[in-house]
Amino acid sequence: MRIRVLAFARLRELLGAPEITLELPEGARVVDAWSALAQGCSELDEQRASTRAARNGNLVAFEEPLADGDELAILPPVGGG
Amino acid sequence: MFRIVREAIEPAALESAVRSGDGGAVTFVGIVRSRADDGRPVTGLSYEAFEPMAIREFRIIAAEARERFGDVAIAIVHRIGELRVGEIAVAVMASAVHRGEAFDACRYAIDEVKRRAPIWKEERYTDGTASWRANPSGDLGGSAAGGRGGAEHRSAG
Repeated sequence: MRIRVLAFARLRELLGAPEITLELPEGARVVDAWSALAQGCSELDEQRASTRAARNGNLVAFEEPLADGDELAILPPVGGG
Repeated sequence: MFRIVREAIEPAALESAVRSGDGGAVTFVGIVRSRADDGRPVTGLSYEAFEPMAIREFRIIAAEARERFGDVAIAIVHRIGELRVGEIAVAVMASAVHRGEAFDACRYAIDEVKRRAPIWKEERYTDGTASWRANPSGDLGGSAAGGRGGAEHRSAG
């Protein structure tokens, strides 16, 4: 499956782009997408505990299954206001 | 009125959300401070947002305020991009028949925006460095993410 990843703030900087496309095997979950992103980027992987994931705009657990065409947003701790 | 904007916020514009029967309106504006929490002098802030999710969150927060405080009207506008010290980053207006509900709803709305709207800020310091800063209350809303508790997501920011 192919998904679109959106990254924000510090996660965007660590990833090096605001948006990337990932190719994942069928049955992949959010955690698999994270592993693919964090591969070779230990600084990104260190942010895992403070990162939230939103699948197609809805907050989900890292165990959430993904589907082809999904938009996965990775969200660091917020700082609005 | 629920918006993410890139230009200066005019707080008076939020009063268009006040209804004809309302007797009290409270507007909160959040302003870029000249010093960070740790005292470092700041030249400005850079904000970014996950816009569709942020606007949806504003609407949910307003609906929650109505559940808690009754018949209140809410407007929330947050600016993104580069802001200088003294500029308005966020404005929240709440209006109701009486002032008590308006004050309560306004306070609730700004607190929840800071806690969970997907918006981020980077402080820019006078020495040329910059740092992403999280809100102490921030946890992006809590319940949806499979039992991952709020405290885990707090930052030292």
